[in-house]
Amino acid sequence: MTPKNTEPLLRVENLRVEVPSRRGALTAVDDVSFDIAPGEVLGVVGESGAGKSLTGAAIIGLLEPPLRIAGGSITLSGRRIDTLPYEAMRRVRGKEIGVIFQDPLTSLNPLHTVGHQLVETVRTHLDMGSVEARGRALSLLGEVGIAAAEERIDHYPHQFSGGMRQRVVIALAIAASPRLIIADEPTTALDVSVQAQIIALLKRLGRDHGTAIMLVTHDMGVIAETAHRVAVMYAGRIVEIGSVRKIIDRPSHPYTAGLMASIPRTSGPRGRLQQIDGTMPRLNAIPEGCPFNPRCPKRLSRCRHDRPDLIPSGDADVACWLYLPVSEPTHA
Amino acid sequence: MVAFTIQRLLQSVLVMLTVALIAFALFNYVGDPISNIVGQDTTLADRDHLRAELGLNDSFIAQFARFVSHAAQGNFGLSYQQARPVSQIILEKMPATLELSFTAALLALIVGVPMGIYAGLHRHSWVSQTMLTVSLIGVSLPTFLIGILLILIFAVVLGWLPSFGRGAVVHIGWWTTGLLTAEGLRAIILPAITLALFQMTLIMRLVRAEMIEVLRTDYIKFARARGLTSRAINFGHALKNTLVPVITITGLQLGSIIAFAVITETVFQWPGMGLMFIQAVSFADIPVMATYLVLVGFFFVVINLVVDLLYYVVDPRLRIEREASANV
Repeated sequence: MTPKNTEPLLRVENLRVEVPSRRGALTAVDDVSFDIAPGEVLGVVGESGAGKSLTGAAIIGLLEPPLRIAGGSITLSGRRIDTLPYEAMRRVRGKEIGVIFQDPLTSLNPLHTVGHQLVETVRTHLDMGSVEARGRALSLLGEVGIAAAEERIDHYPHQFSGGMRQRVVIALAIAASPRLIIADEPTTALDVSVQAQIIALLKRLGRDHGTAIMLVTHDMGVIAETAHRVAVMYAGRIVEIGSVRKIIDRPSHPYTAGLMASIPRTSGPRGRLQQIDGTMPRLNAIPEGCPFNPRCPKRLSRCRHDRPDLIPSGDADVACWLYLPVSEPTHA
Repeated sequence: MVAFTIQRLLQSVLVMLTVALIAFALFNYVGDPISNIVGQDTTLADRDHLRAELGLNDSFIAQFARFVSHAAQGNFGLSYQQARPVSQIILEKMPATLELSFTAALLALIVGVPMGIYAGLHRHSWVSQTMLTVSLIGVSLPTFLIGILLILIFAVVLGWLPSFGRGAVVHIGWWTTGLLTAEGLRAIILPAITLALFQMTLIMRLVRAEMIEVLRTDYIKFARARGLTSRAINFGHALKNTLVPVITITGLQLGSIIAFAVITETVFQWPGMGLMFIQAVSFADIPVMATYLVLVGFFFVVINLVVDLLYYVVDPRLRIEREASANV
């Protein structure tokens, strides 16, 4: 499934996001690295506060101060974008990276028609006159499955249902044909029946245009349905990253295994749902060693002191001492 | 839209009737109108005769109905002090007050809104902090003190601007304007600043607070994520969303500016309705006082009506909901 041996569209290396506090900087995203190939859908899963959305915000350069990128690099098609000045980065947003937010009800300006917002976005990034831009807005609305676009284009956001508004948001995200879409929990705020439609739409758009998608969600069902690869985040770090089948069927990291076991299944024997005891640590209380160690059922003694790095293990990368040759010494 | 307008108009009529009732009560409960008219040596019989002739023995309802119908035709009776129709006196004084009020309101908006936008966009800059601190002074100093200070500095010490009056005026029909002569323009500067200062600081603080609020919303974040220019975000998206509360407050404040021009007009001896009202109070000139009351009520009602209709222009949600409910 995964397109291999191609130049990555997006490369994130050793990304660190920090927030200053009275007791020194807290690390919200810690040493995160991953690639997204053209046309690839990368799912990013994890509990709330694991750093998924912050990673997305860091990529588009819209971290809310005082959050800031403290280290690492972000490269889009070979061009470093994390160090771009505001105005240059503005041209990247919308043009090269489209964004879809969680709540379609609040993502659109209530005082402008959807047509106005579409035309404005199109004309910001593409060299088009107003008539041409309106034509493009119409075709965008058609493409995201809004019937009677001719009539709907002059409606205000509050005249659309939640699912329809999310379609408008998607139309806005793809207005300038970006090569990457960052979708931050695009279905969380929607009805289950609408969720499936939106996911199907995202998949189709990705396929038709060769658009890569970074799909941030905590819904494993959506991931299984959509993603080619999955990155599992915990306490600001990627603990496991690999193909979607591998992660779902044979999770390596105890946290990933716990996540999978906590998902209800409709096939196979039905037992009691598993849960992971405890909660994810707060930013100011991330334990020494492996951040997951206090909750880990397979904890080794070194897990309390040494932090494991993301190391290839079979067909996935895992950050866990269980999958390392025990003999390999680390700084003790 | 039409149903909404009619509904608001009916409400306005109700408000005006209430104001008229209070104004009318002035006649009956602040002293005896007959003793206000006649001399001390008028006999009781003459007084009774006059009372009957003026219809003062009629029922309260009948008298009130007559007051309202006369008022609606612009007939507010005679001033006790000047023995001239009140409507005539008001018409003479109104241009001065309206000119001062609108100049002050315009000044407050033109200076207050941009300052508010700036302070909202650059909330941590020292310029914003300074503006906020200075605006606190504007809010807390009483109007008359500001007026007196301005007179002291610009009229007495520096001698740049006149300290009282309206300067030379030009007659255009029944309207008189000081805005067309250099002298008149110089004369309006100090009172207009005095009257505008409080509103200016209020509008600035309001716009700032609203801008900060709106800039936090998801649709502004999404607008940024779409790569829109800062200009489009700040003015096309953020500013428009701050307009509804700003229109409300500005509208209400315009009413207060007109009503509270009393103090500024007194300090600057500005020949408007405020000064007229103060003089009427000291002479217990009840027809003038009652008329002034009705007129100020009328201004408030009209301004509120305009504000309500402006919401329609600004906020499409209101438009559609009303249309939808009207079509059902």
